[in-house]
Amino acid sequence: MRELLELLEHDARRPAGELAAMLHRSEYEVEQQMRQLEQDKIILSYNTLINWEKTGSDTVTSIIEVNLTPQRETGFDAIAERIYRFDEVRTVYLMSGSFDLLVIIEGKSLQDVANFVATRLSTIEGVTQTRSHFMLKSYKKDGIIIEDKEQDRRLVMTP
Amino acid sequence: MTENIDWQKRISPVVQAIPPSGIRRFFDIAAEMEDVISLGVGEPDFVTPWSIRESCVYGLEQGYTSYTANRGLWELREEICALQKRNFNIDYDPKTNVLVTVGVSEALDIAMRAILTPGDEILIPEPCYVSYKACASLAGAVAVAVPAKIENNFSITPADLEAHVTNKTKALLIGYPNNPTGAILTKEQLMDIAKFAQEHDLIVISDEIYGDLTYGGERHVCFAGLPGMKDRTILLNGFSKAYAMTGWRIGYAMSNPAIISAMTKIHQYTMLCAPITAQIAAVEALRHGEKYMKKMVSEYDKRRRLIYDGLTNAGLKCFEPKGAFYIFPDITSTGLTSEEFAEQLLMKEHVALVPGTAFGQCGEGYVRCSYATSVTKISEAIARIEHFVQHCKK
Repeated sequence: MRELLELLEHDARRPAGELAAMLHRSEYEVEQQMRQLEQDKIILSYNTLINWEKTGSDTVTSIIEVNLTPQRETGFDAIAERIYRFDEVRTVYLMSGSFDLLVIIEGKSLQDVANFVATRLSTIEGVTQTRSHFMLKSYKKDGIIIEDKEQDRRLVMTP
Repeated sequence: MTENIDWQKRISPVVQAIPPSGIRRFFDIAAEMEDVISLGVGEPDFVTPWSIRESCVYGLEQGYTSYTANRGLWELREEICALQKRNFNIDYDPKTNVLVTVGVSEALDIAMRAILTPGDEILIPEPCYVSYKACASLAGAVAVAVPAKIENNFSITPADLEAHVTNKTKALLIGYPNNPTGAILTKEQLMDIAKFAQEHDLIVISDEIYGDLTYGGERHVCFAGLPGMKDRTILLNGFSKAYAMTGWRIGYAMSNPAIISAMTKIHQYTMLCAPITAQIAAVEALRHGEKYMKKMVSEYDKRRRLIYDGLTNAGLKCFEPKGAFYIFPDITSTGLTSEEFAEQLLMKEHVALVPGTAFGQCGEGYVRCSYATSVTKISEAIARIEHFVQHCKK
């Protein structure tokens, strides 16, 4: 299972036949297992990593440190849910250290994001403080170097 | 006035007698092609792991630019000996048992020069790496090819060796996991060879450069680790394949103090030492590189299964490789020779591979495909080969 997941994590578009050959299993078995992994919510989605900067799209990404007052019974979870349900929120992590949630927000403009933080995020009950950082450039995301200059420099044939 | 000198005649007859490389012609054609997919590359497609590269950069910044001891950096020799202890429980002394060389290529050359005298014979199982025979010739010795057969999974048996041994045979050179066949030898098979070496009092040069690259639960067995073989063996290994460090040119030889001293004598007068920058990187590879190496090995394994499956389905009979990163399909069903197959495939389908004959006469009927290339390229190459094979069989 782990090998299949590693292959898919790296390239979700691989045909089942190719995966089957690499894993020494039948195509049917691989398809079955993928279906099971989807049902079990181990595979959550098949995404594409896009370098939006190259398309000229100018979205703004903000990384926000959020401090919370945990609630009786639910701790941080209920507040986290109130935050992560917003479409604007791309990522939410509960963190150790000097703040509680790390929230990544995407918006059309600086104003857009600032607005969201001021009117939506900060006003949620239990949120005591937010610190926003705007992202300027991405170098590497999910293990992929955004502009990798390394290339295959090997000779075409060697013994 | 121009002098009329036939320079060719001034070239040493020993060098003249060495045949030209079996891949040169294909290289020239393939290098000109735009959309060629090459399965002809005998080196990893990975770049050296960053932590190894970074250690070299740091070393340069710290001013490590001098010669090292002839035998190599002490730390590196210590790490190399510790590795043999860890993996194979062999005790080597970094002071007397190891020499760091400029790739296994240099180690191979000076090992032969250290032990062979003109007229000596050395047994070399074929198909094998292209340098083996040439190095033996340059040492003035006679390379005696021992054909490994596909029905024996390209392994070599004492009976095969027995058929070629004479009273001039001084050494045996084995290279497993094997380039080009991908064959490995099991412990039992190696024990049989050890017994043969003992009976005939042969020195065994064991080129284990692909030792870390074995698959399917088969672990590499170090020849020097077999009972009684440590002193009789010149173990050759390096960093090129397992750590994707081909261009760094770092290898090593391990043997008894007399042989290592003799090899060091040649090394000190011809090479002096291996480059310090690369030696620093090699230390880092041994200290912290294993996890990167294992990841690469696991990646090769997936490609190995893919290419084995693909070529078999394409109608070529294949021995399932257990080591290195090559597969050696039988192409006789196409009615073509190895050279014809390689050339026509290159011209018609733009896939480059190496004819089996580049690795010895008994490589006729086979071609070598390297799967040290991306899955996407392997898949595309398989499709092209299948198209070609079907066309040939019509």
